[in-house]
Amino acid sequence: MKPRDVFIVDGSRSPFLKARGKQGPFSASDLAVACGKPLLLRQKFSLDLIDEVIIGSVMPAAHETNIARVIALRLGLAEHIPAWTVQRNCASGLQALDCAYHNIHSGKAQLILAGGVDTMSRAPVMLNDLMVNWMGRMMAAKSLPQKLQTVAQLRPAYFKPIIALLCGLSDPIYGLSMGQTAENIAYRFGISREQMDAFAVASHQRLMDAQDNGRLDEIEPIYDGKGHYYDHDDGLRRDSSMPNLAKLKPYFDKKYGKVTAANSAQITDGAALLVLASGAAVKKYDLPVLARISDSQWAGLDPREMGLGPAYAMAPIMQRKKLKIEDIDFWEINEAFAGQVLGCIEAWKDESYCREFLGLKAPLGEIPHDKLNVDGGGISLGHPVGASGARIVLHLAKTLHRNNAGRGMASLCIGGGQGGAMLIEAATEAEA
Amino acid sequence: MDYQHWKIERDNDDICWLHLDVADSSTNVLSAAVLDELSEILNEQAQSLPRGIVFVSNKKSGFIAGADINEFTRVDNYDDAIAMINRGHEVMDKIESLPCVTVAMIKGFCLGGGMELALACRYRVMCDDRATRVGLPEVKLGIHPGYGGTVRSILKAGPMAAMNAMLTGRLLQGRAAKRMGLVDDLVPERQLLSAARYFVLKRPHQRPLALKDRIMNHRLLRPIVAKQMRKQVAKKARKEHYPAPYKLIDLWQKYMDRPRLMLKKEAESVAELVTDYTARNLVRVFFLQEKLKSQGNKKDFQPQHIHVIGGGIMGGDIAAWCALRGFRVTVQDREPKVLAATMKRSMDMFKKKFKKDKAAIRDAMDRLIADHKGLGVPHADLIIEAIFEDKDVKQSLYKNIEPQMKDGAILATNTSSIPLEELASCLQNPGRLVGIHFFNPVALMPLVEIVRGDNTDDAVIKQALAFGRQIDKLPLAVKSSPGFLVNRILMPYLLEAVEMVGENIPPEMIDKAALNFGMPMGPIELADTVGLDVCHSVAHILSEAMDIELPKKMDFMMEQKKLGKKSGEGFYKWQKGKPVKNKDAHYGNLKELEDRLIFRLLNEATACLREQVVDDKELVDAGIIFGTGFAPFRGGPLHHIESEGVQLMLDRLNQLHQTYGDRFQPDSGWQQLS
Repeated sequence: MKPRDVFIVDGSRSPFLKARGKQGPFSASDLAVACGKPLLLRQKFSLDLIDEVIIGSVMPAAHETNIARVIALRLGLAEHIPAWTVQRNCASGLQALDCAYHNIHSGKAQLILAGGVDTMSRAPVMLNDLMVNWMGRMMAAKSLPQKLQTVAQLRPAYFKPIIALLCGLSDPIYGLSMGQTAENIAYRFGISREQMDAFAVASHQRLMDAQDNGRLDEIEPIYDGKGHYYDHDDGLRRDSSMPNLAKLKPYFDKKYGKVTAANSAQITDGAALLVLASGAAVKKYDLPVLARISDSQWAGLDPREMGLGPAYAMAPIMQRKKLKIEDIDFWEINEAFAGQVLGCIEAWKDESYCREFLGLKAPLGEIPHDKLNVDGGGISLGHPVGASGARIVLHLAKTLHRNNAGRGMASLCIGGGQGGAMLIEAATEAEA
Repeated sequence: MDYQHWKIERDNDDICWLHLDVADSSTNVLSAAVLDELSEILNEQAQSLPRGIVFVSNKKSGFIAGADINEFTRVDNYDDAIAMINRGHEVMDKIESLPCVTVAMIKGFCLGGGMELALACRYRVMCDDRATRVGLPEVKLGIHPGYGGTVRSILKAGPMAAMNAMLTGRLLQGRAAKRMGLVDDLVPERQLLSAARYFVLKRPHQRPLALKDRIMNHRLLRPIVAKQMRKQVAKKARKEHYPAPYKLIDLWQKYMDRPRLMLKKEAESVAELVTDYTARNLVRVFFLQEKLKSQGNKKDFQPQHIHVIGGGIMGGDIAAWCALRGFRVTVQDREPKVLAATMKRSMDMFKKKFKKDKAAIRDAMDRLIADHKGLGVPHADLIIEAIFEDKDVKQSLYKNIEPQMKDGAILATNTSSIPLEELASCLQNPGRLVGIHFFNPVALMPLVEIVRGDNTDDAVIKQALAFGRQIDKLPLAVKSSPGFLVNRILMPYLLEAVEMVGENIPPEMIDKAALNFGMPMGPIELADTVGLDVCHSVAHILSEAMDIELPKKMDFMMEQKKLGKKSGEGFYKWQKGKPVKNKDAHYGNLKELEDRLIFRLLNEATACLREQVVDDKELVDAGIIFGTGFAPFRGGPLHHIESEGVQLMLDRLNQLHQTYGDRFQPDSGWQQLS
């Protein structure tokens, strides 16, 4: 193996905390710092050797602009270590890892702290344009009569807030909500409500099993300074079942739709951080190794079916690396919507879709459900958009390591019509 | 002309910058020599008047730390005292009456006499950094401001704010000082010079005293307000023990209408106080504190990372305190539940300390890492073990962590009862084990005992003492003997109190007797607060080593599960964190109770001196004052014996011995006193 190979050395994440109708207990940087502190304590190399910090985040709070720098400094990293924030919607965390991967692969860096974070519960609520313009006029009004006149212009509509979270979850070109794009996919492939609900129930069952059997050791407990601590993903519904899920009404296409709140990802706060190292650094500092990053890919598609992004992003890697489905031991496809993950599976099975849209001569085949999202996903543990990409790669690496498995594929769909994928492979220290 | 302590510089705007840089000293103090030079300089400047004079410090440590306290100790009669005070008054008057603008440019500490100099200037500009504080803390030395500070602070800040600052002696941060009107502007360091120059050139209008302050200052209202003030002060300090605050209130009440006369009376009042018993002893305590500070040299140890094992109240508070003082700290406990409570207590401590400074609170919380896996061990330069008192558990912990420890890292134990030598026996390198014994509550108790075991390396002791200074505590090296210094001396005193309860003497009266002597809290309330189980176990260990008999009442309380404050009932019933005291309690001869309590303590102090638990007499006194709160105005137990007369005191002890038996047997250490 080569010195410029890129290894996942270690990683931690916060518990994923479901938004419960009010601001969550932690800010985005709080979450990242909380999981970063133990992660950095575990490292054997001097932290001054870290070349840069890259964080994916979609909706940092106004006081956390370039949140990567905020996190780096709060973690106590030296001032000379640069930090930058990346944004590719739902795959921002994966984008951060990809940037780190490229910078190490090109020889520019040896050690990078990368990951993602978002606190969806704290997404900003903003003033609308009418209000902003009115405030401008108010500031400009000099005399008392002018001021009174401006006050008199105030209308109830001016107070209607803009909920950034809802904007973020709508396609800016077509105006569709993300749930509606999942309805489109279900329509194209004829995916039923029952299939979606069954997938959602399985997600909860798998997470429950992972929690009960200690397969989530990447989670670090987090303390709020008020006497509470949080040490597990709290979106899990242990009582999730087909009859329970059947009770829910469709949320996005009201009345006639299939996508419900329960077969969609939860709105959640969370952070995940990884340490990536070059082969040279692994050797020099005698670092442990979880996995090697062997390829990555980004792809674009019709924003109205953005949920099929993984099918588009994973296919070129399969071709490039001449892989068959059975060559991949574990898959992580981020669960934005059950219908969308099921759609990706259908797309790869569908000969005409593969030919027409993916440029493949033959269909790739069926991704086996028992190797996909084996410990749950966005539906059961939530999808803090910026963090999810980093979370699935970290968990996939841990899963490969735990099972002595060879290859894993991680992928996410991206609002706006994109997909991102990363292929990782088992590696040992000796390889580096 | 050249001066030893001052440098004069006139710039192009005809502003005279007076730089104070006291020779052969790291801090600026207003000694006689410094004031004399200043007086001359002011005469000289008056000859060719500059546009303005700005007072500046050339010391990194701050502006001016105050008057020269050493000079106090050399004054022993009223005439010398009033001469000393008047010299200061003359210089301050001279500053005030200069026809040109005067500005004090304050960065770093500006206290006591230094603040009075600043108050004599027309304007004060203050740096807004955390290290800059102003204040009039004279009351802590048993006096009150004596260079015109009483009058001038009230004229600037109004009677309520100024009197509060002088009566408590507390130090003020920039925002508080600005709000009160003690300083005219608060600016970042980069604008300090510009601001000083601005005041000289622009001479902005001075803020008049607010209406409510003028009303409070009215001669008809002053007696009423003064009465309230006396009431407040009485809660903290008795007049017979601490006369200074009462004299300060009198001064204001009687003379505020005539500031010139009040200045004169201020000088007389301070001259009386300075030669008084209380002030002399409080000045002694000040020097004892300096002596403790000098025990550790910060340069001997500069740890980056501290690991605390045990997230209980002691361990958690030690960790929080270290994080507060700027260290990166991991606090280890197996239970996240315990750590959650630890983090809450820490957050509460930081909020109390940093008030509204959210960034400071966040930074302290970020430095403090809850570490349920013990990841901090290999990073730490110092590991402090604060788990429960069990030798086997501690030893197996040490065996587990020693191989992970960094080369040269120190292992410290907070044990108060297990001999260091026994704990060290399990270590590969026993020389790295030292005791660092904190007192509860960690945030309030200034003393830490640095315990030297037989095996402890000298270098490690030095480093531990340095660490004490690094975290802004007063470190005291003690021998590894049962109870060290503080617990050992406290225990007979507490046990005597428990004995009295057994004799059916009301606890309220026992506590009252101790307060009469000047203790900050009565022994019964103290025992309840610490927890009777803790007292019981410490007493047991000590009684074995020292051959003391434990009062039966102690065991009885344990059997009844009355453990004090924490269980809701001990000797007192506790409601809302306060003991319920019987107001009708009565006992005839309180002096007898006082003597029984205090003489047991004094006798044990002489034993500690004889056994050289600490190096000398002064350190016995220092340790007991800062470790137990022993009546500071008495200057320490051994000093108290000597100033009352050793023979007289010994006679009284012999009397008690005859009346109450062998627990009052005078220690042979009495012979070392003179």
